[in-house]
Amino acid sequence: MVGQKLIDNIVADDSCEVELVVIAGESRLAYDRVHLSGYFVDKTLEDLALTDESFYQDNRIKYSLNDKVVGIDLVTRLVTTASGEKECYDKLVLATGSYPFVPPVPGQEREHCHVYRTIDDLDAIMASAENSEVGVVVGGGLLGLEAANALKNLNLKTHVVEFAPQLMGAQLDADGGGLLQTKIESLGLEVHTGKNTEKITEGAERRYRMDFSDGSYLETDVIVFSAGIRPEDALARETGLNVGERGGIVINDQCLTSNPDVFAIGECALWQGKIYGLVAPGYQMAKVVTSQLLGTDPVEFKGADMSTKLKLLGVDVASIGDAHGKTEGCKSLVYQDDVSQVYKRLVVSENGKKLLGAVLIGDAEAYGTLLQFKLNSINLPNNPENLILPVTGEVAKIGVEFLPDSAQICSCFDVNQAQICASVDSGCRTPGDVKADTKASSGCGGCAMLLKQVVDHKLVQLGIEVSNHVCEHFDFSRRELADIVRVKQIRTFKELIHSHGRGLGCDVCKPTVGSILASYWNEHVLKEDHITLQDTNDVFLANMQKDGTYSVIPRIPGGEITPARLIAIGEIASEFELYTKITGAQRIDLLGAQVHELPIIWKRLIDAGFETGHAYGKALRTVKSCVGSTWCRYGVQDSVTTAINIEERYRGLRSPHKLKMAVSGCTRECAEARSKDVGVIATEKGWNLYVCGNGGMRPRHADLFAVDIDTPTLICYIDRFLMFYVRTADRLQRTSVWLENLVGGMEYLKDVIIHDKLGLGEELESDMANVIGTYQCEWKATIEDPEKLKRFRHYINADEPDSNLAFVRERGQKRPATKDERIELKEVTS
Amino acid sequence: MVSDLVLDSGICALYKREQVAIFKFGMERRIYAVSNFDPIGEANVISRGILGTLGTDTVVASPLYKQHFCLETGRCLEDERQWLKTYPVRVHKGQVQLRDDLPGEE
Repeated sequence: MVGQKLIDNIVADDSCEVELVVIAGESRLAYDRVHLSGYFVDKTLEDLALTDESFYQDNRIKYSLNDKVVGIDLVTRLVTTASGEKECYDKLVLATGSYPFVPPVPGQEREHCHVYRTIDDLDAIMASAENSEVGVVVGGGLLGLEAANALKNLNLKTHVVEFAPQLMGAQLDADGGGLLQTKIESLGLEVHTGKNTEKITEGAERRYRMDFSDGSYLETDVIVFSAGIRPEDALARETGLNVGERGGIVINDQCLTSNPDVFAIGECALWQGKIYGLVAPGYQMAKVVTSQLLGTDPVEFKGADMSTKLKLLGVDVASIGDAHGKTEGCKSLVYQDDVSQVYKRLVVSENGKKLLGAVLIGDAEAYGTLLQFKLNSINLPNNPENLILPVTGEVAKIGVEFLPDSAQICSCFDVNQAQICASVDSGCRTPGDVKADTKASSGCGGCAMLLKQVVDHKLVQLGIEVSNHVCEHFDFSRRELADIVRVKQIRTFKELIHSHGRGLGCDVCKPTVGSILASYWNEHVLKEDHITLQDTNDVFLANMQKDGTYSVIPRIPGGEITPARLIAIGEIASEFELYTKITGAQRIDLLGAQVHELPIIWKRLIDAGFETGHAYGKALRTVKSCVGSTWCRYGVQDSVTTAINIEERYRGLRSPHKLKMAVSGCTRECAEARSKDVGVIATEKGWNLYVCGNGGMRPRHADLFAVDIDTPTLICYIDRFLMFYVRTADRLQRTSVWLENLVGGMEYLKDVIIHDKLGLGEELESDMANVIGTYQCEWKATIEDPEKLKRFRHYINADEPDSNLAFVRERGQKRPATKDERIELKEVTS
Repeated sequence: MVSDLVLDSGICALYKREQVAIFKFGMERRIYAVSNFDPIGEANVISRGILGTLGTDTVVASPLYKQHFCLETGRCLEDERQWLKTYPVRVHKGQVQLRDDLPGEE
């Protein structure tokens, strides 16, 4: 990771003329080890990859994999690889990382004993878990608990064995470690502290037996060692570079080793007697070396903060600075709640003015704020206990105005306040924009709240109102308007603008309110009160094309269609000479219909059994499916039936933006559900639900939301999810962007939908039931109403079509004429 | 007929072989007439746009690319090189009457 960071840094400099050669011992290009445990849940190799071959090719970087460097000649500056390849260098960077330490216990070399570091290790653990029931992790540190989570996800009865008397001894104090243990045990894991493993032998009940020095023992099928890391310094040692007594390649502030042409960065490097086993300090070292290779303003490595915040087995854990209170004269403030299982400790200086360290278990929301107090040595407020006491009103925030420009906001990607402000200066206006621009908050996400505060503060400074008002006619956001409409039972735009707005409205607030009214009351969009609110697509219940004609898309639920209906579409299309194309959503698009033709075409379609597809609305579009277990050899559930049921349930639901869904019958995912707002993928036991994916302009894989749920639960979650989105999203905000801007993110969303934290579940479901109960095919209702049909003519005073339309034929169908073709057509006819 | 107009929305009429978008808008139910041809999208669609106000201007938003045109002057708020032709309009005995440079009817 650190090596890749260095490459990225160098490549990012356009003026750089450094020729790069990368030699790697692993069989894969760099991947994300920080999120490695995701591999057991929903991350694929591609998700974890930090780069790919095309990156290397595009940037003309020579690379070789699976070929370790075995020798370095410091005099001739030549490296030799295991396969005998030779490569000369001007400067050499060692980023060899570390290897897992396995205690020298007799029996540790047995078949189902693993370590937890590479993707190959994970594959091996998965293979072992196949026919196993019990798993043990040796090591109760940060990585050990990650590994325990992995075993738990593999459905093993999981034990954690730790030598020290507490979990995470490096980061937590004894009370914090104790609470963490209680919480982990309540999840069904067993924790054994103060255990020294003496030997591993054949087991009686299970595959192996582990004997501990206190005479006790444990039987298990799989063992994963995670007892710390050791720097990979063998090559440096053989080459004669200085290494530390207990390992690690010695470096100075420039990250130079004892040879002036050789650098070392990351977990293999030893700086002032310290190895940094986190990614952020490694990235800092990469920056230091970049500055020297490129000859830019030199940066020095000055040590790094080892504070960390993470979620272990679903438990929030954070540690800052002197967590153990070892500083002389320091004092502590402790908040302990055994009922809700929350523990927070602040370690402050003797005079109580400065924060030295902190431990947070069960609730780590204050992490970002506390870290800034510590890193920037900001004076604590008079009642520092407020920083850790439960929040009853407004969240205690740090005044971002006190932060220096250099304050690091995102430690994963080393983004400081100045860079965030520069991003806002360059035009970014929301935390989401800044996140995309600077990568801040796209790592662990721990700084999301702080990022928002910095962005908002900067916007205020620039005199840009941090306004989420819909437009000049309403001093409310879409979400607030939706609440007003719902609570005050407002049914028309007029009523709303009179009571809560001003003026006559515009093309922004009218469709927004039109959509909200439709979401709650679901009246026909062409009803007199609503029609003037709608975009032209909704007014004519069809999508306007560039020449002013419209496209017609009937609903084909789940993409399933009978031959007879297919023929009917074909007949109608040829009769009206419509250009016909299959869409990406498993439907059929008929283009080139003129306004006056729309009702006649729809009459024919409705007679043939079709209904509107809502392709014109900000509404549910389609639920794509694969053939599933009905036909497919690999399908494990009936994806088509589920897709049709879902599409028919939510058809017509008006929402802040269009909604797309899909159902796949197995993990091969032929319906591409993870690119949808709501994606459902069949499992042996039921369904996995994914939410907030997107194709389009900014592709995003949907996040795993619930695992192995049955069909009623699936429907209940989707009901709640959709209604919560409809209620709270901004105008034209797809679910993906909505999620990125949702404070608390995915965890909060799960709390609301699955755990019903806000107590909204029933209300959301009943709102949805109302929409479903009032569904009508908008086209059917329209062709039955002569008043509504009046609009469907081009001229109010003449029965002729738009004279400006011109078509040409291409590949056997008509299409709009281009500008040049129009001129030719005119010359021919005149 | 003035009764063919729908408040806060538009229709298209054929007037001396020209396509004219006619709107009735606001508390005063004022009637506006502008060319139906969108000079930016290059299609006859203006009558199908949403009506509204922006600051002090009464505007129609093009349904194609959403530029706003002032109904009073025809000016495009986003691109001052673009205009809609405007027509003087009045209601006379229940009829909507337009005039360009010559007196005319309907």
